[in-house]
Amino acid sequence: MDITDMRSLATVLCAVAFAGVVWWACGPSRRKQFDEAAQLPFDDEEVQENKHE
Amino acid sequence: MIEHPTYNYKVVHQFALMTVVWGIVGMLVGVLIAAQLAWPALNFDTAWLSFGRLRPLHTNAVIFAFGGCALMSTSLFIVQRTCHARLISDKLAAFVFWGWQLVIVLAAITLPMGLTTSKEYAELEWPIDVLIAVVWVAYAVLFFGTVARRRDKHIYVANWFFGAFIIAVAILHIINSLAVPATLTKSYSVYSGTVDAMVQWWYGHNAVGFFLTAGFLGIMYYFVPKQAERPVYSYRLSVVHFWALIAIYVWAGPHHLHFTSLPDWTQSLGMAMSLVLLAPSWGGMINGIMTLSGAWDKLRTDPILKFLVVSLSFYGMSTFEGPMMSIKSVNALSHYTDWTIGHVHSGALGWVAMISIGAVYHLIPLMYGRKAGEMYSVKLIDLHFWLSTIGTVLYIVSMWVNGLMQGLMWRAVNSDGTLTYSFIESVEASYAGYVVRFIGGGIFFAGMLVMAWNIWKTREQALAAGISPDSESAPAREALA
Repeated sequence: MDITDMRSLATVLCAVAFAGVVWWACGPSRRKQFDEAAQLPFDDEEVQENKHE
Repeated sequence: MIEHPTYNYKVVHQFALMTVVWGIVGMLVGVLIAAQLAWPALNFDTAWLSFGRLRPLHTNAVIFAFGGCALMSTSLFIVQRTCHARLISDKLAAFVFWGWQLVIVLAAITLPMGLTTSKEYAELEWPIDVLIAVVWVAYAVLFFGTVARRRDKHIYVANWFFGAFIIAVAILHIINSLAVPATLTKSYSVYSGTVDAMVQWWYGHNAVGFFLTAGFLGIMYYFVPKQAERPVYSYRLSVVHFWALIAIYVWAGPHHLHFTSLPDWTQSLGMAMSLVLLAPSWGGMINGIMTLSGAWDKLRTDPILKFLVVSLSFYGMSTFEGPMMSIKSVNALSHYTDWTIGHVHSGALGWVAMISIGAVYHLIPLMYGRKAGEMYSVKLIDLHFWLSTIGTVLYIVSMWVNGLMQGLMWRAVNSDGTLTYSFIESVEASYAGYVVRFIGGGIFFAGMLVMAWNIWKTREQALAAGISPDSESAPAREALA
């Protein structure tokens, strides 16, 4: 295996890794998890309001 | 009901104030050297006022002092708020703050003295480099230690961007700064020749990619949703564009070395990766701007949101311009001209500075026990917004005109093959553009003074109301508010 094969392999591995990330992010089970994660910046306000009571 | 964690706002507050202070200092030096290019006599024949010494002072001050303080302030704020955990150590936080200020002061002393490694954006000599590495590792421990204490399992996307920025900058700084010290103020890089150039621009472009992009995207992913009061447009897109962005940015550096002795295949690789980079860059820009969908009306009344959204527009513009300029045939025209300076400033003023300014306006009132964004004067924020926008536009348009003109003049040949213009003729022709750039930069700088005044008055009001901004924890002030 020479360096050109290694380079080709690296390119293929990067493409596979990217496809993996897209596949993972698009998985239906992730939707709920992501919706909750997107609310993280707003969670703390609820806490603050409670503080004032 | 969740127990309220006690945040460390002291370090956030300190870094936020120093963002404004170093912004004013760094931009003032920028305006001075812009004036020197139009009127060279302004160096007063003084070595430490000369362009060659003040230019690295300007870049270090605006990137690492202004930008660095903005990143540290916002990252330490966001990591606490989204992880619902206090920073792991107040002493470590204080060390990071004072250590970073010491780095900046040492830079401001040594660079005008002419002490430099001559590596662009890494000019500081080795003792300061060692100090930077120590402070940076402390910052990393502080940040990741706090992430480890988070309440929820998931780590919010802004923290991913800050995490990538902190790790990448540590690696870049240490590898690029490797040197053999000769004396306390002089060292020799371990690299030489083309390898030195490649390591330097691997560092240089990733300083753009991780310091000036990934870090500020972290700011974007918190403050845009907060200020627009709606969650990010697509969390899924944020995950995909995060991994794509950090995987591709590291390969783009060679586009700074087109048509040099760098091997041709490396140049082509750099160009190809720079073109691919358009996709993840725009993924972030679209995600930020679309977060406003359904809330566009807020732009009419909220100048802080205007800062954030216009900064994203400039980000989109400069990340389109960058890949175009990395194409070899375009680069043959643009390289070494003022077009490059214009490109950098559409990113630096339009994106980095404007999103930082928006973020500071959002969080400063919180430090004084007020609601987010509740500054002394909203009208002054609006004035600042217009000064920043007009200043940036004047700056980049003048540099586009100058750059294209210089590129065309340098390549113009007569029918017998001789050059049509001498170099000095292109310098003479650039005068008008230099004056416009000086005016644009001056207007942007004036906006920073307006900001300082607004913060000062906000602070005064808070003190008058009996709120001490320097207490270590938030709840005391929030209870007062």
